[in-house]
Order: sequence, then C-alpha cells, then structure tokens
Amino acid sequence: MSDQITKKKIEVKNTTKIFGRNSKRAAQLLKEGKTKSEILKATSATVGVNNANFEVYEGEIFVIMGLSGSGKSTLVRMLNRLIDPTIGTILLDGEDIVSMNKEQLRVVRRKKIGMVFQNFALFPHKTILENTEYGLEIQKVSKAERQAKAKESLKLVGLAGYENQYPNQLSGGMQQRVGLARALANGPDILLMDEAFSALDPLIRKDMQDELLQLHNDMGKTIIFITHDLDEALRIGDRIALMKDGEIVQVGTPEEILMSPSNEYVERFVEDVDLAKVLTAGHIMKKADTVQVDRGPRVALRLMKRLRISSIYVVDKRNRLLGAVTAQDAVLAAESGKSLEEILVSDVPMFPADTILTELFDVVSTATIPVAVIDDAERLQGIIIRGALIGALSGDEQFINNDGTVSFAQNNGSIEANNESLESEVETIG
Amino acid sequence: MDKLLPRLPFADWIDDGVDWLVGTFGSLFDGISGFLSGIVEGSVEWLSVVPSILLAFLFSLLAWFISTRRIALFSFIGFLFIDYLGYWYPMLQMLALVITSVFFAIIIGVPIGIWGSQKAGVRKVVNPILDLMQTMPAFVYLLPAIFFFNIGVVPGVVASVIFSMPPTIRLTMLGIEQVPKDLIEATEAFGSTTWQRLGKVQIPLAKPTIMAGVNQSIMLSLSMVVIASMVGAPGLGEEVYRAVTQLKTGVGFETGLAIVIVAIILDRITQHAGKKKQGGTIL
Repeated sequence: MSDQITKKKIEVKNTTKIFGRNSKRAAQLLKEGKTKSEILKATSATVGVNNANFEVYEGEIFVIMGLSGSGKSTLVRMLNRLIDPTIGTILLDGEDIVSMNKEQLRVVRRKKIGMVFQNFALFPHKTILENTEYGLEIQKVSKAERQAKAKESLKLVGLAGYENQYPNQLSGGMQQRVGLARALANGPDILLMDEAFSALDPLIRKDMQDELLQLHNDMGKTIIFITHDLDEALRIGDRIALMKDGEIVQVGTPEEILMSPSNEYVERFVEDVDLAKVLTAGHIMKKADTVQVDRGPRVALRLMKRLRISSIYVVDKRNRLLGAVTAQDAVLAAESGKSLEEILVSDVPMFPADTILTELFDVVSTATIPVAVIDDAERLQGIIIRGALIGALSGDEQFINNDGTVSFAQNNGSIEANNESLESEVETIG
Repeated sequence: MDKLLPRLPFADWIDDGVDWLVGTFGSLFDGISGFLSGIVEGSVEWLSVVPSILLAFLFSLLAWFISTRRIALFSFIGFLFIDYLGYWYPMLQMLALVITSVFFAIIIGVPIGIWGSQKAGVRKVVNPILDLMQTMPAFVYLLPAIFFFNIGVVPGVVASVIFSMPPTIRLTMLGIEQVPKDLIEATEAFGSTTWQRLGKVQIPLAKPTIMAGVNQSIMLSLSMVVIASMVGAPGLGEEVYRAVTQLKTGVGFETGLAIVIVAIILDRITQHAGKKKQGGTIL
C-alpha cells in the first residue's frame, strides 16, 4: 500500500449475523464466548458472521477470502443488506446503512453499490443490452440514455457487438463480462464481487483478473472481492481479510499475510502458496552499485575491483539506467582513452519492479550480469542476483523486502559518496 | 346406540348460511347473474351471426398466430367437422361458457397466485382452500349456485370458475417461486422495488409455468360442461346430457367427439402460447 492519504469508504463495526429463530439468545451466548457449534446445539441458530471489524479504503481492492462456509458471502451481502445484520454498524461514506429504511437503502443500491454474482445471475429472457440496462431501467432513466450508457459499459468489458444476443448464447467468461458491465452501467463507487470468477475455467479466470485490475486502474473504483482461491486473493488484492468459521482471522496486505501469518490457521493456509507467483522483482532486489556516465572508465574499473564484480551498471545524473560496462571493456577503454559512453552495452536485462518471479526465472538463469529493476521512468531501482531469487523462493525472509521497495535516497547517496571518494583516489594515483 | 357426543348439525348451518346470503345479498347476486349471462349469451349471439366457415377460418388464423401452422390446419378441419355434424351452435355456446369461465379464473387466479408467492401467510390460507375447491365433488357447487343465480348458464359459469381456478393459482405461485434465487438477489441488489422485481423478472420468467396452469384450467373447465348442463347451461354438454338420458349412444359419441376436438384445439394452442418467443429460459 502506498502511503497516500486514503479515505475510509466502508467501515464494518462489530457486525454479527446469526441465522435462525433464537438469534437474540444466540447473540447473548456469543457474547459469553461460546463457540459456533455450542450455540448451534443450544439454540439451533447458526452463526454466519461473528463480530466482524474492518475498513475498506477508497479505491482499493479488498479481498475477503475463506473456505466455503466461512461466512464470506454472508459478510458481503450485509454490505448492501441483501442480508440484514443481527447486530452491528456498517458505515458507507460515514452513513450507517443498517439503520436505513427501505427507500434510503434502495437509493444506495441504485447509485452507490454494484454487484457481480458467482453464477452471473443474468436475466435469461433479456438481451445482453437489456441486461446491462437493468439497473438504469429501474431508475426510470430514459431509454436513449440508458442504452447509451449500457453500450459504453459493454464496450468497456470488450463485448461491443453482442448487444442483441441472449445470455445463453454466450460463454461463461462472456456472461460474467455482462455481469460486470451491468454492475458498472449504474456508475457505482463500490463493486461487490461475490466469487465472481470462481465459475470460470482457470485460463479465462486469469484473463478476467487481469482485466479487472486494468479496469480498476482506469476507473479507481472500490472493489470488494470474495474468493475461496488464495492465489486469486494474492494476485488481485491490495488487502486481504481471511475468514474462518464466521470470524475474520487476519486483515493485511498479501505480503503481511504470507510473511507474518497471525496464527496457525493462516500459516497452514498459506504454506502451500507458490511464492514465485506472489513475490515481485521489487521484493527481492537489492541496492545497485552504479557509476555515473560522465565518470571515466578508470573510476568504473576501480569500483568494480573494490566490489569484486566483473561488470557495473551505468546511470545518468537522474539515475536513469543507460547500460552496463564490463571490467574487460573498461580496461581497454582506459588504455585507449575512450569514455564510458562509448563502451557501454545498452542491451541489458531489465524489468519493472512489479514483475512476478516466475517471469524472471528464465532471464536470471541465463544472464551474465545481475538483472536490473527499473521504474516507469527507467530509473534504476535495484538489481536481482541469483542467490536472492533462490533464497526468497525458499521463504527465507532475509532476502525479502517487506514493503516491496528499497530505500533509494539512502542508496543513491552512498553511491554518490562512493564515487566521489574513488575519483579523488584515482586522481591521486594518476 | 347412543352417541357419545351430540351430532353437530353442519348441514343445517350451511343451509342457514346459504339462506342468509341469498336473503341479504340477493340483489348483488342478481346483478352478477345479469352481467355473466350478458357476457356469455351476448358473445354467442355475436359469433352466431358470422358464417361458420368464416369463423372457423378466423379461429384457425388465430391459432396460427399463437402456435404453429399444423395446429391451425387441425383447428380449421376440426371446426368444419363439428359444423358438418350439425353442432355448430351448441359448440359456440360451450365455447362462450368455457372462455368466460377461464377468463374469470385467470383474472382472479393470477393475482391470488402472485400474492401467495410473496407472502407465506397468504399461501397458508390459500392452499387448503384450493384443496377443498379441487376435491369437493363439482355437483355440490351447483346447488347453492342455483339458489344464488337461478338455473341457466350462470351457475354453470360460476361452478366452472371455482372448479377450474386452482391450477392457475397453484402454478402461478410455483412459477414465481421457481425463479432462481440469484436472479432475485440481482434484482434486489440493483435496487428494484417489489413490483419491478415481479414485473420485469419474476413474472416474465414464470410465464411458461403460468400458461401451463391456464391450460389446465381450460381443460378442467371443459370437463365441467356436461355437469353445468344439469343446471340448464346450454351447449354441447347439454347435447351429451340429453343423449345419455335418452340412451342415444350414437349421438352421445358424436357430441362427445365434438367436445374432444374443441379440447384438443384449445389445449395445443395454449401449450404453445407458454413456450413461444422466449429468447432463453431458465433451462
């Protein structure tokens, strides 16, 4: 998570749902600390969600993750009150939706919250366009306007041209795109996605995840995503809430959940996770030793000698990566009086910091120099050495940067200082 | 043998109740009676003005429009055959009785079905009443109907409505309840009102089931025509009844066959009305 100022979009406070007739008595027992099964025995009421507390920030993807029966679907349905909480407060933009009357609730559902369902829940007797229009139709938006918005929304999910088909003429992946378009057509701030991709096959699921991330990037909606698939949760979640038996066991970023599980349950849950698909280049890079391009080959040579490396990255004043020089070339250049710029190799392996490790294996294993990690402006962020990659995959925390970044200011400063002192050293030798 | 408990005079109570109703609401019943007989007899008058071959053609056009060409062709031939047998006018009388009965069964039954589908309390009251309506021997309705509406076509219509309404109510409830839960959730999640949910999603999706109920109501109503003729309702039923009482086996079969032809036509047409023009159904 970046540390920009984030607004709380949804706050769930002490929210409990008990199904069954004796919910009052069951709530009392719950307060006394009885377990779910004890309460079921005593009152024949089922605890769906037990004292949930969490916040969702504006613009984040908040994943609620748990196995079936853990209460995640119940929890998400309380956010738009498809299920009424037994006890608790749910604030949406600071307004308590639990105390709203039917009319106020309807306005919230129409304007603020869109929902996507596991089995798509498209209306079989309506065309794709009519399905997408539905949310606007019931708000009595004029036909021309709602059709325009629905078409726009279908275009957004890549379904332009399918307007007049019926849902049963489309594949599962396409049907869920319609589900997504229908939810987006109303222009809600919040999307609730209840196992939205669980009914799709793995390849299509991955495509949909990518597209959702892209849409999220473009539109900045707050998304609450329910899943039972940990890989999916780790892949798309900014933060994840893990549920077990109706309780939220841990809330945190994917790294926090993986690296510091709050209890044995979470630990067991995440132990089989393929770290290579979760960790990124940013997580395992270490600070890079560089030389600025306007220094001479002798400086570069000296630096390599001192660090006992055979090549070094060359950057400009703004730390933009230009290429690398090898010790061999530097020796030749120093003899013939060439500048660093003339001998640098610009074709070096580089990746953005959010590249996942699986995509790095190939390059890291064959590259002759450490792989460079760069940001959007091609500034050098760090390098990846083979040992760190293997160490991180084994789960060894000393190779993993918890926040996914390394401190650059400090990094640059030390290199700078390094170069300065070296330069004077070279000069005195010369 | 002495009875342990005194016998409760149910029969007397019901007789008293009927007397009281006739005494108190007599003019209301007269009004209803006039209205219903006006509809049935009026429509028979109108239809009988049209030449039989033209009417048969119009009927089969309607059948073509609602269902298929095959059924339309069968309808045309069937109606001409009934005309050939010489039962055209009684057939029109029967058709007017049946269609009027079914019309009222629908406009009363469908709303009750919708209401019942929304409220468990209503369902609890309606279901046993429907059981009663369906299992009580149909003859029993005829007696009070005579007291209320005199003899003629009206008690026949009333008895048919009561006897034929249950399937429409039951299947309307069933059809609406069978709409998948996640579709209901979707309509709710987008902020539909109850009427929007019913009108835009539940009833359209329940339509095939509701039409199956209407189809059953038509069949039950046709099965009432002979019984209705005992209280003076005219039509093919009356012809059958007369043939039976006079031991005319041949005429009995002829008229019975005419009823069967009408039944098949109405059945096939309404079966198709439920299936047709659905972009996609739940299945």
